[in-house]
Amino acid sequence: MKKILKTLAVAAAIAPLPLTAMADGEKYVLVSHAPDSDSWWNTIKNAIALAGEQMGVEVEYRNPPTGDIADMARIIEQAAASGPNGIITTLADYDVLQQPIKDAVASGVDVIIMNTGTGEQARELGALMYIGQPEYDAGLAAGQRAKDDGIGSFLCVNHAIQQPTLAQRCQGFADGLGIELGSSMLDSGIDPAEIKNRVMAYLSANPDTQAILTLGPISADPTLLALEENGMAGDIYFGTFDLGDEIVKGIKSGVIKWGIDQQPFLQGYLPVVFMTNYHRYGVLPGNNVNAGPGFVTAENLDLIEEFAGEYR
Amino acid sequence: MGDATQASPLQDERVKKISPFRKALIRPELGGIVGTIAVFTFFLLFAFDSGMFSSQGIMNWSVVSAQFMVIAVGACLLMIAGEFDLSVGSMIGFAGMLVAIFGVTMGWPMWAAILVTFAICVTIGALNGWIVVRTGLPSFIVTLAFLFILRGLTIFLPQTIERKTIIGGIRDAAEGDWLGALFGGKILGGLFRWLADAGLIGVFDRGARAGEPVVDGIPMLIVWALALVVFGHVLLTRTKFGNWIFASGGDPEAARNSGVPVAKVKILMFMFTAFCATVFAICQVMEFGSAGADRGLLKEFEAIIAVVIGGALLTGGYGSVIGAALGALIFGVVQQGLFFANVESSLFRVFLGVILLGAVILNTNIRRIITGER
Repeated sequence: MKKILKTLAVAAAIAPLPLTAMADGEKYVLVSHAPDSDSWWNTIKNAIALAGEQMGVEVEYRNPPTGDIADMARIIEQAAASGPNGIITTLADYDVLQQPIKDAVASGVDVIIMNTGTGEQARELGALMYIGQPEYDAGLAAGQRAKDDGIGSFLCVNHAIQQPTLAQRCQGFADGLGIELGSSMLDSGIDPAEIKNRVMAYLSANPDTQAILTLGPISADPTLLALEENGMAGDIYFGTFDLGDEIVKGIKSGVIKWGIDQQPFLQGYLPVVFMTNYHRYGVLPGNNVNAGPGFVTAENLDLIEEFAGEYR
Repeated sequence: MGDATQASPLQDERVKKISPFRKALIRPELGGIVGTIAVFTFFLLFAFDSGMFSSQGIMNWSVVSAQFMVIAVGACLLMIAGEFDLSVGSMIGFAGMLVAIFGVTMGWPMWAAILVTFAICVTIGALNGWIVVRTGLPSFIVTLAFLFILRGLTIFLPQTIERKTIIGGIRDAAEGDWLGALFGGKILGGLFRWLADAGLIGVFDRGARAGEPVVDGIPMLIVWALALVVFGHVLLTRTKFGNWIFASGGDPEAARNSGVPVAKVKILMFMFTAFCATVFAICQVMEFGSAGADRGLLKEFEAIIAVVIGGALLTGGYGSVIGAALGALIFGVVQQGLFFANVESSLFRVFLGVILLGAVILNTNIRRIITGER
């Protein structure tokens, strides 16, 4: 009895929410692979909120709380079953996600792949297009840039070793430099103190390391601290993926040479805008969209700084 | 009433007579039944038109509930026997990875990969139990250690062997394998075909699968879930061994004195929990075709939550498999249903916490009724 009362109390508390979340127009669901703890996706959430508002459509954000890709597959199935006009999803693991995406497409839901995946994979699954940064190519471009700057050895700090797409950045970087990846990829975990100390330990064990590549703010911020602490800040060649407050400060002060901006804003914003226009007027760009890589250096920092972590 | 029973010479004096109402009230699955009705009423009211009760929607929350059910059955029996297993989630990742390594990297036939994986995982379950029984340490601590040991190995092994943490290609490797089909296949395809032809369920309306039903069979995961629930329920309520489980969890000292092999019962229950986790893992890798190092994160708590919502006591000796299965159903329906009801996903946890708290309070009151303690 108590339980019924409790459930009803919760029902009464939650019931008004669906009404407030409703909006006129099309309904889209964006499914990401990111765990709740990943703050990078905040930009995407801002982008879809803005796009939804501008286009007059409803966009929901869904993610597996722990980052479990198998759970993500269920979320895509669930999103498809709820009959939205379109699903925007990442392709963090092709094996796991291909079937749910194919099923969604087959049941009449339009799909755009964003962030992770490739144009070919999007085509194979019957998605409309791919919008994002091809990970390997971005790593390769970064590696070539570092090679031109005279780099011959590096450490790649990988904070999400379970995601194959992140390792591709390290691999691309190594190939761009023209050296073996070997043991230069560090499984750092996501705890900042652990990352910081592992980076310091690696650098003291491998004092010849010429460059560091971090794969996002999660690993970049603690790495900055590590370099300050061991005195290598500004001395070692430091490049990173993605932007954030600390990274922008690092670029400004010259500790970080460049940041690779994959422009998450576009990855969240464009699919919503494209899909809405596709559904309303039947227009769609003919190609996939490369949102990145764009190199952010001290020279082009001003505008970026203003919106770092929000729209950049 | 007392006079009447005393007057009858045929009445067994060891059997106490209780009213049917009271009997119904002290059943451990009562909370689960009430909760299930409440949850379904809630979603029928607020999410009926959302696709949640279309064939595709039903299949979606059924599969998720079945996942919880598979691990909840093991966790339930173990909890009734008085122990926890916090390594369930890590075991799921580990077992999946073993299947991938044996079946894909090493190229064994899939049936052999699956059987060896079962053997290894159940042995680790036995090791868990043996350490608990032998050292007398709380199972909370011992299995917490295995949570880290297994998760570490799950990342280390594929990193070392293949330099990556997701191994794919399992679906191709399992193609046509008889044992693989027992975990990854679907049954009753013909029935759903017929339902689709009769217009009772939806069909895909475009693409390569146009005209095929959106739900093309019952996944083996659901079959496993139901089979494990039936097995667990029968074992617990209809066999001598079931009484031993209750006795081991209720009062191990008294049980030992009356001849129950408590250590053996507990170790067997740890092995059964590991078995259930492995079933979960193999169904998952067969469905998705790859094993990842992050699979099964936090699933141990989800199993325990399902069991507790289902009316089992954390202190052991009391509970029911049917209750745990209903707990898993509630968990799955709430988790998936809040999405259909268009509720912000972060509120799912608030809701779940409220249900958990409500269930525990209800169950504690029930226990007081039974034991008469205050």
